[in-house]
Amino acid sequence: MMAGILSVPDHLRRRRATSTRPPDATVEHAVRGHRHADIATAWSLAGPALILLMALFFLPVLTVFVIALTDWQFGASSLSFVGLANFREVFADQGFHASFLNTILYVLIVVPGTILLGLGIALLIESGKSCRAFYRALHFLPFMATLTAMAIAWEALLHPTIGLVNQTLAGFGLPTANWLRDEHTVLPVLAVIGIWQNLGYAMVLFLAGLKAIPQDLYDAADVDGADAWLDRLRTVTLPILGPVTMFVSIVVALKAFETFDTVQVLTQGGPEHASEMLLYTLYRESFQYLRTGYGSAVAVVFLAIVVALTLVQARLMDRKVHYQ
Amino acid sequence: MSISLSAITKSFGKNSVLKEISLDIADGEFLTLLGPSGCGKSTLLRILAGLELQSSGTVSIGGRTVDGVRPKRRDVAMVFQSYALYPHMTVAENMALPLRMRGLNAWQRLPLVGRLLPGTRIAKRQIEEEVRRTADALSIGPLLDRKPGQLSGGQRQRVALGRAMVRQPTVFLMDEPLSNLDAKLRVQMRAEIKELHSRLGVTFVYVTHDQSEAMTLSNRVAVMLDGELLQVAPPHEIYADPDDRRVAEFIGSPKINMLAGTVRERGRIDAAGTTLSAVLDMPVGTLVAVGIRPEAFHLTHHAGAGSFAGTVRLVEHMGSDLFVHLDVRGQGEPLIARLLAERAPHVTIGQTLHLAADLDRVLLFDEAGRRIRTTREGRGASVARLREMA
Repeated sequence: MMAGILSVPDHLRRRRATSTRPPDATVEHAVRGHRHADIATAWSLAGPALILLMALFFLPVLTVFVIALTDWQFGASSLSFVGLANFREVFADQGFHASFLNTILYVLIVVPGTILLGLGIALLIESGKSCRAFYRALHFLPFMATLTAMAIAWEALLHPTIGLVNQTLAGFGLPTANWLRDEHTVLPVLAVIGIWQNLGYAMVLFLAGLKAIPQDLYDAADVDGADAWLDRLRTVTLPILGPVTMFVSIVVALKAFETFDTVQVLTQGGPEHASEMLLYTLYRESFQYLRTGYGSAVAVVFLAIVVALTLVQARLMDRKVHYQ
Repeated sequence: MSISLSAITKSFGKNSVLKEISLDIADGEFLTLLGPSGCGKSTLLRILAGLELQSSGTVSIGGRTVDGVRPKRRDVAMVFQSYALYPHMTVAENMALPLRMRGLNAWQRLPLVGRLLPGTRIAKRQIEEEVRRTADALSIGPLLDRKPGQLSGGQRQRVALGRAMVRQPTVFLMDEPLSNLDAKLRVQMRAEIKELHSRLGVTFVYVTHDQSEAMTLSNRVAVMLDGELLQVAPPHEIYADPDDRRVAEFIGSPKINMLAGTVRERGRIDAAGTTLSAVLDMPVGTLVAVGIRPEAFHLTHHAGAGSFAGTVRLVEHMGSDLFVHLDVRGQGEPLIARLLAERAPHVTIGQTLHLAADLDRVLLFDEAGRRIRTTREGRGASVARLREMA
């Protein structure tokens, strides 16, 4: 890598030498030499990144694609190609269906929830004058914290008998629930934790977006008569925040798709697979049941879904939020 | 609508931006607030629009006191320097917004529900017609479906004008509307704004730091500096008959020549190595500033009292005119004279030259920068008269 970088000044020196040569019959030769040298420079500059990208990204993905076509078990010394059998199994598997639907539902709760609350909090912070930094830091903390540790705190809060949530509800005479062990509540509860965690991130991005809105636009809206809170929001704030909202929704959707730690720590996919999500399924199949071939097939399907959704989202929203 | 500002002050914290500004603007007048950046002219305009609240003083528009009245209820339209077009709306939507906000209620403006409510369709059609008519008047009809991002600077400027015009306000406020345009377009839009003013016949208040805009557009120019209103007068008067040294120095390019002078006995003034005589009623030894515009100089052949002698440092040919920079002994900055090219064809650098000032056009200022008007003058003839010492 170092050699590649160090060769550049050498090359530039040579290049200067060739370009000062008088124009004669050797010009064509010199030009060709130039071009070769340029190509060599390009490769030597791009090379290190390319090698890293290949080793750390493309090759592993390719390996997963290959393993998905085999019946390899983790640690086994032999394997045989089974074609698309793993994929057939994945699509026929009720467990995968449940996991897929859970994930979609989870994302559908977390993304709008995070965006609405993040935007709401950002607007509140921006509209107030005091303690902005404090509120900002406060709401950003969950995003900084280790989710595994936070999940344990949530577990304590949600404990059916001694948890603060149920005790508070009971104190007000409201019905309580065994939040993490009830198949009706477990997914929404995980989604709430997901929102709580991503909220700060969305808020910070929205705050930056709000700061970038030109005051002139609000002034114009005032003069034009759009001076009520809702009119200002509809005429100026929300449309101008469009690109930020698009970015937040894509990033939060990706993060929601990859949810793993809360499931692993709090529910292990239970009860009755009610909180099982794609990444957890993938992990369990590959590393607990050691069915690496099957797990890889799940990984491929997962990748396809995420890439497809991101592309669709980006394409659809891009057209709406970049006002060209 | 006439506008009246009385004793407007504005301060941000301890920083006082406007100091007791009082100004009356007649109905249908084109008044320009002119001053360098940071002089408070934009703040004054924003107070007039209701976007900013004055610290004290009153604003009235059309005889009605509008302090604390929201911008939309003041019946003013504003054009911003940045145009402030809504980037997500088409040109038509941008221009329709002020009408929609006034002509339709909150329910009627809702995307789907609105269409079902009685009266929405008729109102919307009227708005559409109004927008089209205005767009045609500004020749931006073909652009109605575009978004601001797809328009050139000049087109955006027109859309911003259109959005202001469409609801037929009685007062137009413009905050440096031309400063984001290139030079050629600026001159063209300047002419269009002037034409717009004479066509609409409503009051225009125009903020600019560009004196050529102020001079060409306005009925009257209000010169502001450091939060103070220095002079309000028609353009030619601002130029030829400034009340204040700062006004004289701000207006005119190249800048007016300012010479340090001292009053001698019998009203004579010593300045830049020569002696001028004025009809001045001031004690001997008073320091005055003598202001001479570059075009108030002419070449003279006889040296001596009343003429400034110096060596030519620089000659700038401007076609019909020459700008001659003359180093005069005892004078820090060179004098700049604007001479007709045909009368001074052979001026070369290093040459010694004698310049005499047109006595009617010499301006005197006291030490505080106030204009000294000589005692014998009537109100109309307000130039300080000087006589050459023959």
